[in-house]
Amino acid sequence: MSLLNIQGLLLSIHGSEILSNVAIGVEEGQIVAIVGESGSGKSMTASAVMQLVPNGAEMSGNVWFMDDNLLDKTEAEMCDVRKNHIGMVFQEPMTALNPVQTIGKQVIEAVRLADKSLSKDQAREKAELMLHKVGLEQTRFPLNTYPHKLSGGQRQRVVIAIALSQNPRLLIADEPTTALDVTTQSQIMKLLKKLVKQENMGLLLISHDLAVVAEVADHIVIMRNGKVIEQGNTDIFFNEMSDDYSKELFAASKLTFKDKKSEKSSDIILDIKNLKKDYKLSGSKKLRAVDNVSFRLKKGENIGLVGESGCGKSTLVRCILGVEAYKSGEILLNGEVFDGQKELRKHINAVFQDPFGSFNPRHMVKRVVAEPFYLIDTPLSSTEQLSKVEEMLNHVGLNADDMDKYSHEFSGGQRQRIAIARALITEPSVIVLDEATSALDVLIREQILELLENLSENLGISYLFISHDLTTVRNITDRVLVMKDGIIVEQGPTNEIYNNPQHPYTNTLLEASPDITKALNDKRNELDDNFV
Amino acid sequence: MLRFISKRLLSLFSTLFVATIVIFLMIEVVPGDPAAFMMGLSTNTEAADALRAELGLNAGVLERYFGWVTGMLSGDFGISYTYRVPVSGLIFDRMLVSVPLTVYALILSTVIAIPVGVIAASRRGTAVDTTLMGVAQVGVAVPNFWFAILLVLLFSTSLQWFSAGGFPGWEAGFWLCLKSLTLPAISLALPQAAILSRVMRSSVLEVMNEDYMRTARAKGLSERQALLRHGLRNALIPVLTILGLQFSFLLAGGIIIESIFSIPGLGRLVFQSIAQRDLIVVKSVVTLLVMAVVMITFIVDLAYAVVDPRLREGSN
Repeated sequence: MSLLNIQGLLLSIHGSEILSNVAIGVEEGQIVAIVGESGSGKSMTASAVMQLVPNGAEMSGNVWFMDDNLLDKTEAEMCDVRKNHIGMVFQEPMTALNPVQTIGKQVIEAVRLADKSLSKDQAREKAELMLHKVGLEQTRFPLNTYPHKLSGGQRQRVVIAIALSQNPRLLIADEPTTALDVTTQSQIMKLLKKLVKQENMGLLLISHDLAVVAEVADHIVIMRNGKVIEQGNTDIFFNEMSDDYSKELFAASKLTFKDKKSEKSSDIILDIKNLKKDYKLSGSKKLRAVDNVSFRLKKGENIGLVGESGCGKSTLVRCILGVEAYKSGEILLNGEVFDGQKELRKHINAVFQDPFGSFNPRHMVKRVVAEPFYLIDTPLSSTEQLSKVEEMLNHVGLNADDMDKYSHEFSGGQRQRIAIARALITEPSVIVLDEATSALDVLIREQILELLENLSENLGISYLFISHDLTTVRNITDRVLVMKDGIIVEQGPTNEIYNNPQHPYTNTLLEASPDITKALNDKRNELDDNFV
Repeated sequence: MLRFISKRLLSLFSTLFVATIVIFLMIEVVPGDPAAFMMGLSTNTEAADALRAELGLNAGVLERYFGWVTGMLSGDFGISYTYRVPVSGLIFDRMLVSVPLTVYALILSTVIAIPVGVIAASRRGTAVDTTLMGVAQVGVAVPNFWFAILLVLLFSTSLQWFSAGGFPGWEAGFWLCLKSLTLPAISLALPQAAILSRVMRSSVLEVMNEDYMRTARAKGLSERQALLRHGLRNALIPVLTILGLQFSFLLAGGIIIESIFSIPGLGRLVFQSIAQRDLIVVKSVVTLLVMAVVMITFIVDLAYAVVDPRLREGSN
């Protein structure tokens, strides 16, 4: 008897079908991962189990949970199920906690909802125990801590503690690590796995990243367009999968390393010398966000900059783009000192992470893409501008027809293409890609990376590729810089860094980074061990 | 927190300082000679000159400014040109009416607006929501003096529950005064409540979409419980701003209502003083009002810090 058994689940919102005939089962102590791109219906499946669906949603089918069909339950009965039997962890830990309540209050509330018989002191004790279980010690994180004092990973631990404190039989985790750094991601995944085995819970894990779940999941479900495409136990799934889409996903999740053409011209485009940047903290304290950073970017070369959030990579990028003043050091752009002056700005452009927030929603694509023209001294006529915009849109795989559309008419991947077109339009020597593919689905990410590679070859552009995702960086760069606490701790050719990291921090990053091939090998070894 | 308060206090005092200069200069350029006005129609130049000297109007600008400011600091606001009594006493008597009236009106508007906003938001799109917001829309549109007249017609003329106007003075007893302030307070409160309830509604709607509300639901709280336990305090943050603005506005902005109900409030005092060129009263009242606005802003800032722990820390 399964703990959770979803059978023939149909869900439509205002008549349009979101889920069709979904069938998924979770046993006690089992980790089942649902993998799919955005819009595949994976999150909606989770919401359907919790019965926390948007207004206007209609459901049919069966969601069996511990001998009850959850679809037959009233809202009051569902509140009891949520209180006592099903816990949930969400994607965005930064906003998942009430900012005006202490973490203790929020955990204690959950404890007391699940078990009304507990006194205040007992509930307090249990809350402390739960926070301890998820690795938040009372000495550093007392109950009266407010959420804003915690990092994303720590907040996610609090959310897990809240879910866990109700002793659920089933835990649903919806992209629990997507917003986190690789090292934090690997810690949270390990924590979830440990807790599932310890408490003999079922875990329904939702992710867009096959590599992340391959390490922990016992069973994998691939979803697309509201349907289950294929599913099977992790150890045999990847050998036996037959659907093209599953295979594509698998291929896109693999670490691939293309041998880069080693011939680079010796022209130095961007030369960073001993760059330093301080932030003033309260009083006379200072935070050195960027400390003595030096590197050179040659024409046609791609450099990756990796590090966790808070390591100073965003500050470095802001200095290089000339939007923030630096304390000392020098930035040479095409041999000229660059500190943000307009005449040089056209040589360096950027593409940012969020393809949804990067455009003015009231401007048409032609205006968005033509925007950087103000950097050019000799203004082009509007017909010249338009033909230029069209050319750039063609470069990134869009059409002239797209010029008269607004950004909301495009998907995330297409918007990122528009952002690239915008960066290309002044024919810069360098494009800074700041987490430019982090918000994209794996398949889309692959397409964008391919596009970037073609552009770099055809137009001779160099990239400074900033990411916390080592897979992507490995795919596209010739050299890698590893940054920690404002310092470049290691730099060298991508291949060497990945195969033979020298600095312990680089090692930690590499080990934490999800690697589907490694994960599957580990799984196989585990199984072999069991057979011996 | 202490740093936060001292920082705010500093900005409070500098605002006040700048305000006194602006007020003083504005009164300087206003046409009309108080002395001539006090002498009435029988304009006798010599007598007017003597009066001007007595009032200290002949001194230099700087001297008069500093005299005025230092006087105020020691509680001496000068002597009213028209009434020939100390301005401080004049203002104090009016404050005794205006401040309670404002507080009364604000309490009424908050008590009405917050539940209305919450109910409308939690039943978004239903007939309840549409009706409440429709009424609020009318409340914003209808001028409060017209509404006040309707109240008088109903409760004073027909039902005879309340007197149509006047204020007996606090020595007549608390309840009697409260009763006489009730109709004016309601007329002042309703348009404010209409605005406030719309703000509250949109604030609650915004909060309901927050991720932590989903966390609360996942814990097993019902929609209502989640809203009351986690949503309300977060939703109140923008409402506080509006409340602060309304207090400052009502304190002197009640002049029409004060006139309709013949209540001796601050608004009427300013109006009469302007008409009679009693510029020293105008100056003092306006300065006091600025002080009140600045103080309210200060209190609202403190209230933010109480509601939102992030602001408390932000100061350190």
